[in-house]
Order: sequence, then structure tokens, then C-alpha cells
Amino acid sequence: MKENINSWKDLPIGGIVDEPGTAMAYKTGDWRTLRPIHNSEKCINCLACWIYCPDSAIILKDGKVESIDLEHCKGCGICAHECPPKVKAIEMVDEADFR
Amino acid sequence: MGKTRVARTGNEAMAEAIRQINPDVVAAYPITPATEVMQIFATYVADGLVDTELVPTESEHSAMSAAIGAQVAGARTMTATSSQGLALMYEMLYIAAGLRLPLIMAEVNRALSAPINIHCDHGDTMGGRDAGWIQIFSENSQEAYDNLIQAVRIAEHSDVLLPIMVTTDGFIISHAMEDIDIYSDGEVRDFIGTYKPLQPALDYKKPITVGSIDFVDYYFEHRRALAQAMSNAKNAILEVGREFGSKFGQEYGFYEAYKLDDAEVAMVCLGSTAGTGKDAVDNLRKRGIKAGLLKVRVFRPFPAEELAARLKDVPQICVLDRSDALAATGGPLYAELLAAMFEDRADHTVINRIYGLGGRDIKVGEIEELLSSQVSAAAGGKSIDRIGYLGVRE
Amino acid sequence: MSNLKQLATRQAPLCGGHRACAGCSAPDVVRQVLMASADPVVVGSATGCLEVSTTIFPYSAWNVPFVHSAFENAGASVSGMEAAYKSLKKQGKIGDEKINFVAFGGDGGTYDIGFQSLSGAMERGHNMMYVCYDNGAYMNTGIQRSSATPRGAMTTTSPVGKVIQGKQQQRKDLTACMVAHEIPYVAQTTPAHWRDLNAKVEYAFSIEGPKFMNVLAPCRLGWGYPMELTMDMCRLAADTCFWPLYEVVEGQYKLTYTPKEKKPVEDFLKPQTRFRHLFRPENEHVIAEIQQEVDRKWERLQKLCTL
Repeated sequence: MKENINSWKDLPIGGIVDEPGTAMAYKTGDWRTLRPIHNSEKCINCLACWIYCPDSAIILKDGKVESIDLEHCKGCGICAHECPPKVKAIEMVDEADFR
Repeated sequence: MGKTRVARTGNEAMAEAIRQINPDVVAAYPITPATEVMQIFATYVADGLVDTELVPTESEHSAMSAAIGAQVAGARTMTATSSQGLALMYEMLYIAAGLRLPLIMAEVNRALSAPINIHCDHGDTMGGRDAGWIQIFSENSQEAYDNLIQAVRIAEHSDVLLPIMVTTDGFIISHAMEDIDIYSDGEVRDFIGTYKPLQPALDYKKPITVGSIDFVDYYFEHRRALAQAMSNAKNAILEVGREFGSKFGQEYGFYEAYKLDDAEVAMVCLGSTAGTGKDAVDNLRKRGIKAGLLKVRVFRPFPAEELAARLKDVPQICVLDRSDALAATGGPLYAELLAAMFEDRADHTVINRIYGLGGRDIKVGEIEELLSSQVSAAAGGKSIDRIGYLGVRE
Repeated sequence: MSNLKQLATRQAPLCGGHRACAGCSAPDVVRQVLMASADPVVVGSATGCLEVSTTIFPYSAWNVPFVHSAFENAGASVSGMEAAYKSLKKQGKIGDEKINFVAFGGDGGTYDIGFQSLSGAMERGHNMMYVCYDNGAYMNTGIQRSSATPRGAMTTTSPVGKVIQGKQQQRKDLTACMVAHEIPYVAQTTPAHWRDLNAKVEYAFSIEGPKFMNVLAPCRLGWGYPMELTMDMCRLAADTCFWPLYEVVEGQYKLTYTPKEKKPVEDFLKPQTRFRHLFRPENEHVIAEIQQEVDRKWERLQKLCTL
């Protein structure tokens, strides 16, 4: 899917998006004011963060939390909030600290 | 070529065409006078004569929505409706066109409410004239049958991919029996070919997103592409009409000209009134008035240049509209034809008469009277009302 | 029922980069519903937050076929797709792999403008599942009341004025309306109860015919709560019995979750700014009436489960 076109002739017929998942090219990470920091040492890989993340931003590898997709994470904090209280493997940190 | 001469009403002829087309899906809702098309077709489904999945929806809005869903999924899909039913579909008509779906509709022309009226005029079809649908009018049952078969090829033409409606006049054609030629199933199926959807939504291995939202950055380009498809439909209509002629005997174009070549006065109309008009033309010619007739078959895309060229040498023109645009400018055919003829700068008198609303009958004598009075007004240098009504109690 | 490790092996139906608000529950509903299908899915959607935020051209967040045409027609539209599938499969024009057809609509597109279309599709018996993500108002157009909006809630068309404060009517019980259609499966759940949701959807996909799921979908903007609490809102709704989790299989009611201790409805209302005015002394009776209504319906549901 081309993002920039020179002519209407370059568009797929009928306004369809002819490939899946093209939204990955759109970065919603800059919406964030709080950044989730994942601590893999504390993490018990219960995957609660993964099932509840509205932005599909919890990246798994072999059924374990590998990282957080900061290009798309909007910083809602659901992951940190849903992480079991005894585990607390995700902490929300002020995004300004990283700029 | 195998032709069978049979007696059919317009609705029966359209139902027969749909049986022969054997669409993958038909979604429809009953409405007078189109009900019968689906009623007859439902018996074909019940008797296993077609492969079609019939979706008898709970409204016309849902009929068109289900038809859109089916066509997006990859099915050749048809529907039938009329009047208020078409009006209830209006929202979805625009969407079918915008999504570039070659849906096929049998539309039986009927007046719009209020007051509610079940008889013929073209107000329903005209309400959908800017929706991006190809619109073809039929004079009689034979044309309704022939047009519906051609509609498949026109809509699915790779340069077009637009929805199409083939109309007949409610009751006048839909319920009137006449002799027509039916072609063999095999020949019809060879002619229409198989439907090959570009990117069917059912192909889950190549997932597509249909009906996405455009902001200011893409909407205009998508609509520009839609406009081009409608322009392209002109060639497709002629191409398919010629091929139909070479296969089945009757060639079709944008219009039919009747005794027009030397005409001093010509009437222009849509649909069944052309039949009445031809009788009036014959009678006028017997009286020494060189009358002619131009029946417009294709209203969308509007064949402006071609109609203007055909009428260029006719000094007196009377456009008969079976609907009122309610814009204080006459009927829609008049307005569009006038715009088309503006460029030729020829010395015409083009008048408009709105007639036949809500099924009011139009008689041969009324047309004769109208055309002869236009000729004598011109001869006597008298003025004549440009816009008016015919057959109403003023 | 699948566990999370199993679900994690499934293809993600929805990717990131969509424009739903931070903390929106609708993408969770979609992910959980679609990941419960081991077979390919084809999705249809009503116009609304979900559709708009996930399909801004040329960016689509959908990894599965997704079809939207209008607001009031998700039921009809998906019924057409299912009819196409049946027809093409019967004729051998496509393979005979099972496809699960799913329609998504918000409460506006389902309880209100799309109600007729939903009813028709269910009555016709299409093999499809309709999922309503019920956030209790027209959120996409800016939080207007719908027939799903709870009594007392403030929306932009049921504002808190000097004379009238919030929505005056009880919400429509759409789940009950769908039970009355006597379709094979009707259920109510929330995305916070993912096991419950997963079990229900897996069961629904395993049976033929029309299925309806009403899924509570908190909207942090329209409800007015901190965005990280989306799932807590679901739990409070279930624990107060404002939104009981149950299913109706072939007409047989079954509670799938019974709170250990039924919490007062205030616990659900209090964290949401849309109910803030109810806590003024002059509106105490409204909360009492809401509680009565919750109790009445909860008791009725428990009775229905014994039938």
C-alpha cells in the first residue's frame, strides 16, 4: 500500500486497503505521556498485560513478554495496572524523562 | 441461435433473465410493483433451478446492505425493488457505487410518496441518479429482458465496476403481457461469462479492508476514480450492446431514434412512453407533420454529446419527463438535455412537459396535440410555454 | 477454553497503530473475540469508534478481512457475506474451509439504528456471530445518549441541567431482546473476564446458526474514569450485578459468574464522572432507584437460571 500517491489512478479500486495491518506504519507512540517499563526479572509471564493491551503493544516471544512496542503504545497504563499486585513488573514512568 | 417466442409480463421477463444469469446471491424485499420479480424467482430457488442463495431481508435497506456484503465477499449479486424501497436504499446506493461493486438491480419505476401511489413514474429512479449507478430504461418487456442480460457485462466490465439498475415502467410494462424472444440458457450464460471478483473479502489469505474512512487527503481521489468509471461505462455500454446485437440480433446503444432523420419536431422520452410516442409520430406523419422520436435508453452515464448530436438538426424538440425535479426548472431529462444541447448553439426550441405522474395515463392523441401545437406555434411565430404539465387538471 | 499461552500462538487479528483512544476497551473486545477462533474469520462492522479508528485510509489495523459499509446494517451486511460464502461453497467456487463470520457494532449501531438489521439477520438464521461492544452511548459522535445509556448517566444529549439531570430512562435490555429471538446462543460478558469471554466465543463458534454476544466496553472518555482502570470498570459492573455474566444456550439460562459478595451499585457509579451528579443529596433517590432496578433484574435472572 503506497502512502503517498501522485494520481488517483494509483489507488486500489473501491477505496479498499489491499493489504492487512498497514496501520503498523502509523506511529501512535507519540501520544504517550507515561511510558511502561517492563522488568523481565520480576515478570512471571502471566500475559495479563498482553491480553488487556488495547494497542497490541506487548510483544511476545515463545509465549513470554519480550518487550513493549513503544512505537504504538499510547501509554494508557492498563498493562501496569493489570500486572498482578505481587509482581508489579511494569512501571509507568513520565515520558518527559526520555526526551 | 435458439430463440423461443413466449408471452411474458415485464416482471416475468426480468425474473426469467435473473434465472438465466443464475446469480450467486439475491437479496430483496417485496414492494409493489416489483414484488412479483422476486416472487417468481423464489419459485426457481425453491425448485432448485438456480444455485442462488436467496436472502429475503426485513427491509430494502437491509436488502441492499446484504447485497453489498455478498458482492464484497465475492458473489455475483442481484436485487429488485421499486419506489419507497429504492428510496430506503438510497444511502446504500451511494456506498455500493463508492465501493465499486457491480451489483445488478431490476427496478420497477413507481411514484414516490406522498401521497402514496403504486403506479408508474420515474421519480424513484431519478432520486438515485447521482448515486453512481448506471441507469438503463426499458421500453417494453423484451428490452427489460435484454437490458438485464447486458447489465451483467456492463457492470462487471473491468473499466467500469459499477452497480447498474435496469428499469421498467410499473404496471405499464411490469404487469402487461407481450410476446418476447427468450434466448437459450446456454447462450445467455456464455454471453455473461463467469464473475471474477478482483479482491473478494472471503479470501482470508489475502485480507483486505473494505469501507475505510478517508479524510481530506484521499476522499477526492477515490471519488475522482468513481467518476472515471462512470465515463468509462459509455464505451462499455456500446461495446456490450454491439456484441449483444451480433449474438442475439438486436443491437443496443444509448438511444433509439424513430423517424428522426428529417424530423421538424421530435419528442424525447424515457421508457414505455416511447411506444405511445411512436404511434403519435406515425399519426402526425400521416397528417403531414414530420415528427420523430428519440428514446433515451441510458440515463446514467448521461450520453450528452451523442444525444445533442442526434438532435442537432431538429428545430422543435419536446422533452417529456415522467418525474418532476421540483426545482422550478422542469424535469430532470429536460434539464440535462438542455445542458447537453447548449454547446451546439443551434436554433432549437426545446420545451418540457411533465406528464404521467403517479401512473396518469398518457394518450397518443395528447402527444399528437402537443407536438402539432408546438409546430404550429413555431410556424406562426407564437411563443409557447417552455415548461409545463401535460394531463393534469390545471 | 484456551489459556493465554495458547491464544498467544494465534495470529493477531488487530495490530497497533489504530487511532482508538488510549485505554479504549473496544480493541480488547475485538482481539479476544477473534483470537478465540481457530478457524479463519471474516469481519463486518457498523460505523462507529471501532471502524473509524481502525481503518483510516491507507492505514488498516486489521489482519483479517474487514468489511464496513454503513452504520445501521452490520447484521444485514454480514448476513450477505455469509450467504455468499454458502452459495460459493455449495457451487465449488471456493474451498470448503470453515469461516467464522463476525459482526461488530457499538451500542448505537446495535441497540438503536441497527436493531432492525440485527433482528432480521438473527431471524433468518445466518451462521454468524454478532458482537455488540456496548459502551453505553454514541461515543464516536461525542457521547450522545443511546438506548443502552444507563439511567442517570450524563451524556451530551442527556446533560445535567437545572431541571433535568442525566438520562431519565432505564437502559434497554438488548440481551433479553436477543434471547426472545430464540436463537441458539446469546451471552453477556466483559473483556476483563477474558476466560469467560473466551469460553463463550469458542462455544459460539462451535455451533451452527446465529449467535449474539453483548460485551460491556468501558469508554474512559464517555464514562469519565482514569484510563488504566478500564478493566476494573468491567469488574465493578459484574460485581455489582449491573452487568451480570450469563449465557442462554437454546433458551436455557446459565449464570457464568456469581460475585462472591454483591457490591452496591454505587461502587460502579462512583468512579465515573458521568454519574457524579447522582451523588448530590437531592439525587440520592435516583441511586436508590437504580439499585432497585439492578436488584430486580438480578433476582429475575437468577430465577430464569433455575428454569
